[in-house]
Amino acid sequence: MATTTTTASGKQRRLAKRRNHDKWGYVFMAPFFIFFLAFNFYPMFYTIYLSFTDLAGWATEANMVGFQNFINIWNNQLFRRAVSNTFILWIVNFIPQIVLAFLLAYWFTSRRLNLKGIGFFKSLFYLPNIITAASVAVIFSSLFSYPRGPLNLFMLNLGVIDSPIDFFRSVIMTRLIVSFIQFWMWYGQTTIVLQAGILSIDENLFDAARVDGATDWQSFTKITMPLMKPITLYVLITSLIGGLQMFDIPYLLTGGGPQQSVETMITFIYKQAFQGGRNLNVAATASVVLLLMTTLFSLIVFNSFRTRATKTRKGVK
Amino acid sequence: MYETGNAKQIKMQRILLYVFFTILTMLSILPFWIVIVNSTRSAPEIQQGLSLIPSGNAWSNWTHLRDRGFNIFQGYGNSFFIAASSTILSLYFSSLTAYALIVYEFKGKKFMWGIILMLIMIPTQVSIIGFYRFIANIGLLNNYIPLILPAVASAPTVFFMKQYLETIYHPALVDSARIDGASELKIFHTIILPLMRPALATMAIFGFIGSWNNFLLPLILINERSMYTLPMLVQLLTTDGYRTEFGAMYMGITLSIVPLILIYTFLSRYIIGGVTAGGVKQ
Repeated sequence: MATTTTTASGKQRRLAKRRNHDKWGYVFMAPFFIFFLAFNFYPMFYTIYLSFTDLAGWATEANMVGFQNFINIWNNQLFRRAVSNTFILWIVNFIPQIVLAFLLAYWFTSRRLNLKGIGFFKSLFYLPNIITAASVAVIFSSLFSYPRGPLNLFMLNLGVIDSPIDFFRSVIMTRLIVSFIQFWMWYGQTTIVLQAGILSIDENLFDAARVDGATDWQSFTKITMPLMKPITLYVLITSLIGGLQMFDIPYLLTGGGPQQSVETMITFIYKQAFQGGRNLNVAATASVVLLLMTTLFSLIVFNSFRTRATKTRKGVK
Repeated sequence: MYETGNAKQIKMQRILLYVFFTILTMLSILPFWIVIVNSTRSAPEIQQGLSLIPSGNAWSNWTHLRDRGFNIFQGYGNSFFIAASSTILSLYFSSLTAYALIVYEFKGKKFMWGIILMLIMIPTQVSIIGFYRFIANIGLLNNYIPLILPAVASAPTVFFMKQYLETIYHPALVDSARIDGASELKIFHTIILPLMRPALATMAIFGFIGSWNNFLLPLILINERSMYTLPMLVQLLTTDGYRTEFGAMYMGITLSIVPLILIYTFLSRYIIGGVTAGGVKQ
């Protein structure tokens, strides 16, 4: 990116200056900027503003209460639970996901194995990602349903279990199912990104290693893995930011239960704001905490992005 | 290059991997397949056990579903209208923004690019409370406008378009048109947009699917039953009304996933290509 833009924009600059077209830059950017201000910028600052008020229930007037909401949320057991749940659900999904994605990317790119039909397998591994998350949640809630859901029936008929299991009354099971769904929906995507990264590594490095007598696995651990660090960081952070927004699956699967075990930050925000007491101030405060976390994580990516520029062209979320 | 003693070992490894890939493939397909098969079975059949072979009860499941007021066609229509409009808006204005960022030199350009990069990372979910209040204040609840118009400022699409335009743009492309006196907007419409067709196609697919699958925003903004989008309709299937009508419930899920599976069957090559090129995430 760096080199091509400098030369191209150098030419453009001269051309544009001469013909005085630059003002069109503002005109063409204007729609984006106006809609960004209205639908992104303003709502974000409105949310931050609400986190310093007492707006709740059907009240129409908001009074400033300083940092009171932040003190309250710090002591809010349910919110703390939602934060730790969100991280637990993400970690349990991400670790197997990145391990499997790395292995698949390694196998897919191995010249020694020279596997066929990779495109076919990739497109099937990616399939769950494009299906509506709401539908996926309902699918799994019926597959695992009690007492006569398909999975229970299958295991009963096989004789694996004597009596049906009520998956969604068990904290562990419910969490595992939510994490599994996330894993299942995203490992295909991660595999594709990692594979693209491996393919962008200079072939000569591998050839040189082979001449020196390195095994395939040695090349993978000594060349591929270190060079893949930036992409892995990118995958990690975008997955984490995405994971912090987890809503559809836990909300539609069990509504956050049992015992609030899959209550996430967004299900917490949604329920506070739109159910029961309509505590918009609490929801706004939780949103600000989430915003701070997200900003922190995205700054990490942003920095690694700027230092590494083109090579991987990754970055669209 | 490899000694022949290895050949057998490699063959063995290959077979094991194909077996493993086949298992993962089953894992991708089976949940959908079970649901589709169950949508053709009667409630008693479903209660008997798992089957992978369709039965003949699809029509009666469909009538049960319809009689419960599950208006799938309205859902398709609503979701299609929102997804198509927001996709068109985001494609057009994102290309325009990307073009401005590449072709012109103006003050504040770097700043705008910085905003776009930050917007990519910060999801809209963090400001839904302010968004909801804002929309309520201007009286646009139960309206599709707040689900469509924000697509004008779609940062990930701008990013993708800019990456693409960077690889194909050259000032010589537009020079002669300028000499002929064409306006800047005309140049964009007649020369640049056609050149961006491959990138537009990729982002059209992702934009459409992303909007089609969106659940949280319509859930917050839309109350009117006749305005429900597809994911909101699907959500109704988890309610008590379907506790005994399993066949109808599975039929509802099936109808919600079949369009996407069909689209994917035809477009998976482009979708995988898009993910590979841009690390696109919905």
